[in-house]
Amino acid sequence: MTAASLLQAIKDRFPLATRACHSYRGDATVVIGREFLLEVARTLKTDPAFQMNFLMDMTAVDFSAFGSKASPAFFSSSGVSVKASPQIPDPDPWLGPPGPERFVVVYHFFSLALKHRLRLEVPVDEADAEVDSLTSLWACANWLEREVWDMFGIRFRGHPSLKRILMYEEFVGHPLRKDYPVNKRQPLIGPVN
Amino acid sequence: MARATPPVELDETLKGTPGQLETREMLLNVGPAHPAMHGIIRIVATLDGEKIVDADVEIGYLHRGFEKMSEMVDYNGVIPYADRLNYVSPLINNMGYCMAVEKALGLSVPERCHYIRVIMSEISRITDHLTCVGASAMELGAFTVFLYMIKAREFLWELVEMVTGARLTVSYCRVGGVKGDLPDEFHEQCRKALDETRKVLAESDGLLTRNRIFVDRMSGIGKISADDAISHGITGPFLRASGVDYDVRKDCPYAVYDRLQFDVPIGTRGDNLDRFLVRMEEMRQSIRIIEQALRDIPPGPVLTDPETGRPMAAAAMVDRAKAGEIQAIADARAVTDPTLDGSARPLQSSIAAGEKRVLLPAKEDAYGNIEGLMRHFKLVMYGHGVRPPKGEVYFPVEGANGELGFYVVSDGADTPYRVRVRPPCFFIMSALPKLLIGDMIADLTPTFGSVNMIGGELDR
Amino acid sequence: MFGEGFLTSRLEEALGWARKYSIFQYPFVTACCGMEYMATACAHYDVDRFGAGLPRFSPRQADVLFVVGTISHKMAPVMKRIYDQMAEPKWVVAFGVCTCTGGFYDNYATVMGIDTIIPVDVYIPGCPPRPEYVLDGLLKLQAKIQAEHATGRRPPSPDGFGGASPAPEMRPEVE
Repeated sequence: MTAASLLQAIKDRFPLATRACHSYRGDATVVIGREFLLEVARTLKTDPAFQMNFLMDMTAVDFSAFGSKASPAFFSSSGVSVKASPQIPDPDPWLGPPGPERFVVVYHFFSLALKHRLRLEVPVDEADAEVDSLTSLWACANWLEREVWDMFGIRFRGHPSLKRILMYEEFVGHPLRKDYPVNKRQPLIGPVN
Repeated sequence: MARATPPVELDETLKGTPGQLETREMLLNVGPAHPAMHGIIRIVATLDGEKIVDADVEIGYLHRGFEKMSEMVDYNGVIPYADRLNYVSPLINNMGYCMAVEKALGLSVPERCHYIRVIMSEISRITDHLTCVGASAMELGAFTVFLYMIKAREFLWELVEMVTGARLTVSYCRVGGVKGDLPDEFHEQCRKALDETRKVLAESDGLLTRNRIFVDRMSGIGKISADDAISHGITGPFLRASGVDYDVRKDCPYAVYDRLQFDVPIGTRGDNLDRFLVRMEEMRQSIRIIEQALRDIPPGPVLTDPETGRPMAAAAMVDRAKAGEIQAIADARAVTDPTLDGSARPLQSSIAAGEKRVLLPAKEDAYGNIEGLMRHFKLVMYGHGVRPPKGEVYFPVEGANGELGFYVVSDGADTPYRVRVRPPCFFIMSALPKLLIGDMIADLTPTFGSVNMIGGELDR
Repeated sequence: MFGEGFLTSRLEEALGWARKYSIFQYPFVTACCGMEYMATACAHYDVDRFGAGLPRFSPRQADVLFVVGTISHKMAPVMKRIYDQMAEPKWVVAFGVCTCTGGFYDNYATVMGIDTIIPVDVYIPGCPPRPEYVLDGLLKLQAKIQAEHATGRRPPSPDGFGGASPAPEMRPEVE
């Protein structure tokens, strides 16, 4: 399906769940509420219209510092805003960060049979950073969710063993959050340099 | 000397009564520092005799914070970090990242640049498969094959060095183009290197493919079914060996892959031997792609006539200007060596998109006139530089291990807001317990070798 | 004290000669530098001509620890344990700029130079270093081994080369 018809099919199937959708640069993207995640994911996997048998990627983005980087005063108008070239599709503009929530968990799906891709975004509040786990549907969700927990601190309900995967267990904090300073080291041995 | 104990005879009728022989499972810790682990990873295998009953895989020993560092540097500054992701095929990472940022910018590059990127990617793919097959053959005892394949890899690395300047960590692609055009002798050197590679592949084939020991050790081991592989998100030669036909170059073509004819080898059984055969065949197909691309590549710019002014070496011009001799050099035209081996072709027009706000000007312009200097300043100084509009994109390319995707979120600033790389071997490693359970401890080595785990990509 | 006589100095020279041409390395390979290590060890650049061609993958049997590639904080205790398990005389080569100073990974996960944890004898910078640099570093290591006295204690030499750092067991343990 093309991006537009895919988005239309999802909007028709889940009118309550869909908060927003766009296809910026040709990538079909849907923002859904987090209570609908498991149901939407199950439908995407099993329904013959979608057949998303690959969970290609899962990650999260911390939008707390979005747009807050100061531009240099003197050349502040020197940003490159390039208009889309005809070879790269841009049917929809980007809608901005998906919501006021701090985190967004981003899922990328791919269908081998129908060759279409979909990006699913689930905004998550910082205070109650918990989402349903997809380990019952795709086996790779196990490690992907562990990584999101490790790097961002978002918990996954129903995950068999949510522990750190890239950092060591003694590490305190979640490194990819915007408020974690890049060179704050917590060495196991050796000096803190 | 210890007293020899009499042999214990197992009597089935004694089961459950005290005094019978009990067996217990053993925990064997393989790694993180282990010769057969390519890079560092820890596998805690629970063994029942020789059979692996359970395997717990622990990664993260090479986590270097790629995603965090890429938020600190500008868009072109991420390229060296991206090189070191899958460090045996760095040009594919370069290309994937640059194409993702170009998609965010909405920029398209000229055709010659696409062809150059495809050629360099396929060379990288061959080096990756050579390293993988060579290393796993070495671990099974076939040391000669390893030496032959590293020899072929040296020829390819010399070729890469001729084009990019570095053997391994190249930083060749730029957002909007590549660093420099192919040198003049590239076509012949490439053909020579590919001939050598073909010879090495034929030799290794003769040594391994019908070798009884190799086949016995590799076939039937490390099997994974197509459904399990898809559920684990596995892509690339690993998935194709299980019988699923998915190649990003064919199914979601990018660059000029849709114009090139090549086959994608598909396996049937999903065991180690099929993966080995798929990789060997992929190398031959990559050679085929490179030859077609060399034949079809649109020509580079020819030496243009000097327009005005007498040519002067750019460094000399800078020195004289610093000394204050502006009048003396007013009619001079700066000339620099754009590529490394001295060919004097201008490098920008056919290998880089014409977008002035994204690409560095040619050195003649940067040294020779004020507009070029300003353009250079605006792109290089901290705080300025390439600024894609606010948005998010995902761009997949076919890495040597599978689908390598870059998800880039931009907030309009000069540094990326979030760069996520979808590492293909992460998913294969998550399926490693499934591959190992049921086989014997000696099969851990060939299975792990066929996974082609690259630490830089797995742990980022 | 350090044997100024004719026989003992000849003995030390002979020991140094024997030790430097029979290096059993422990290649502690983690990252991209491992590819250049492989290239150096293989046919084209051949480290075997220098006597260092046999890697021993057990720290008990090795005498030179080649730390090849970035060491993260998760890996550092493992590296320290391997270093402690090696028997005297032992040397350490920091291969690649990530082991020398941390490289460009100045972040929460990387050890900024392994000499904060274990004493290093030869630093081979480069990202990754070309095989020629590696062989140059190996030759410097061989010169250092030759200059070392039989007892393992390295006297300070006037030009500072060949005896600069104190012997490893004299350094305080960092925990």
